[in-house]
Amino acid sequence: MPIIHYIEADGAEYEADVAVGSTVMQGAVDNMIDGILAECGGSCSCATCHCYVDKAWFDKVGEAGGTEKVMLEMAVEPQPTSRLSCQIEVTEELDGLVVRLPASQY
Amino acid sequence: MTRRVVIVGAGHAAAQLAPSLRKQGWEDEIVIIGDEPYAPYQRPPLSKEFLSGEKDDKEILIRPEAAYEKHGIELRLNQSVVAINSDENTLVLDNGEKLAYDKLALCVGARARKINLPGSDLDGVYYLRTLDDVKNIKGYLGVKKSIVSPRAVIVGGGYIGLETAAALTNLGVSVTVLEMQERVLARVTALEVSEFYQRVHEEEGTLIRTNVVVSHIEGRHQDSDKHPLRVCCDSGESFDADLVIIGVGVIPNVELAEAAGLAVENGITVDEFAFTSDTNIVAVGDCANHPNGLLGRRLRLESVPHAVEQAKTAAASICGLKLPYISYPWFWSDQYDLKLQIAGLNQGFDQVVIRGDREGSRSFVAWYLKQGQLLAADCINRPKEFLVAKQLLSREITVDPVKLADESLDPKTFAP
Repeated sequence: MPIIHYIEADGAEYEADVAVGSTVMQGAVDNMIDGILAECGGSCSCATCHCYVDKAWFDKVGEAGGTEKVMLEMAVEPQPTSRLSCQIEVTEELDGLVVRLPASQY
Repeated sequence: MTRRVVIVGAGHAAAQLAPSLRKQGWEDEIVIIGDEPYAPYQRPPLSKEFLSGEKDDKEILIRPEAAYEKHGIELRLNQSVVAINSDENTLVLDNGEKLAYDKLALCVGARARKINLPGSDLDGVYYLRTLDDVKNIKGYLGVKKSIVSPRAVIVGGGYIGLETAAALTNLGVSVTVLEMQERVLARVTALEVSEFYQRVHEEEGTLIRTNVVVSHIEGRHQDSDKHPLRVCCDSGESFDADLVIIGVGVIPNVELAEAAGLAVENGITVDEFAFTSDTNIVAVGDCANHPNGLLGRRLRLESVPHAVEQAKTAAASICGLKLPYISYPWFWSDQYDLKLQIAGLNQGFDQVVIRGDREGSRSFVAWYLKQGQLLAADCINRPKEFLVAKQLLSREITVDPVKLADESLDPKTFAP
C-alpha cells in the first residue's frame, strides 16, 4: 500500500498507508490527521482539504483542473503546488508522496 | 489513573471531536456511543449520491470502523444513553450499564420532525434522516421495481425535499413536491433563488406544487390500484403515489440534557467554548445553541461545517485550552447538475443582487445585503464567488452592489 507523508503546519509529521484508489484527503481522515478538514466529504465543495504538494512530487501529482483550480485560486494562502487533497487519487506511483498542510483551512 | 471522555452520538461532530482530542493532547480513553449500527457516516449524501445509488454504505463512512480502534477510540454502536448523572459524572446505558466519565461531549444531533396526520404511518411513507431511513426507501423502491412508472410524492420543499426529488427523478421516478408555502426554499432563500430552483426542477421533469397543505394520506388496497397511496390536500386535490417522503425539518435532541438539568433553549445552551451549563460537559453540532460573535446573536445550525469546526473548539476546551468558536456558517446542496454553495446567513436582508443569468442559465450568484453590508451569498455553480464571499464576510469587506453584479469584473478583485 502506498505510504503518504503528511506534514502539519506546526511541523508534526505523520505517515499513513493509503489504499490505491483512495484519495490523499481520505488517507488523512482515516488516520485522524486533523489538519485536513474535508468538510464536504470530498465533493470539491469547500476547499478545507487544501495541501501543498512537495515540489519534488508535483510533476507526478499534476496540476489542478476545472472547479478545483478555480477554488484553489481563492483558497487561504495558495502556492504554486497547491492542490485540494480530495482530488488527488492515490496510485502506486505516489508511494512516498509528501504533502504539507496549511496552518488554517479557512 | 486514566481519564475518560465519553462522546454521546456518532455523527459528524463525534467523528471530528475524537481526532481533535488526540491532536490537542488527550492521551487517555475516548469512547463514542452511537445508537445506530454504523460507524460515523456522511449524512449529506443520504439524500443525494447514496439515495441515487452512486455511493454505497461503505463509501459514505467518514472513515472505516477499524480506524477508530487503531487510534484507541472505542466505538460502541447500537447502544444509547438513557440518563446522565452529572453530580457523579456517570451515564446510564440502555443495557443498564453505568459508565463513568471525566468529560462528556453531547453530539446528539437532531431528528426528523414527524407530522401527525391520518395515514402518515402507512407502509410506503418515510422520513429521510438516517442511513436506515434511506436503506428502507431503497429497499421499498426495489420491491416496487415491477411498477412501470413509480410515483413519489415529497412533502416539503426545503433542501432535503428538493435533493430527494432530484435523486429520485434521476432514478426514473415521477416526483411531485408539495410545499405549503408560496414557494420552495421559502425559509432559506430569496424569491429569485426559489424561482430558479422551481424552473430547474420543472425542466428536469419534477412537478412542484406550492400553497398546498396536506390533510391526510390514504392507503388504497383495491387490486386495480396501480399506486397504493394517495396524498390528499386541504384544497381537495389529491396525488397518487407509490412512495411518500416527508421532509419538514428536524428538531434537536435535547431530552437527555434537559433531564440532566442542563440549560436548554432551542438546543442545548453552550458558550463560545462549547461548554454547557456544566463545565464537565460540552455539546457540539446540530444540537447546540451557541453564541456567534460575528453575527452578534445565539443560533443553532444544522450543518456539517459547523459540527466540524465547533468540535475542534470542544476538543480544546476538554483539554483545558481556550479556542473560541468564531466562524461564519456555510452550507451546500447538490441537485441535478447544480452545486449550490451558501456562505453566511441571509436573515434580515434588505437587498438581493444577482450576478449572472438566473433565468436562462444554471450558474449565478444571489448576494444578500443589509444596508449595503454583505450578509450571505447563494452561489450556484460559482465556486469562485463562494470562496470570495467567505472572505468578504470574514474580512468585513464592503463591495459596491453594482460591482457585485458586474460579470466583466473578476470576483477575485473584490477580496484583494
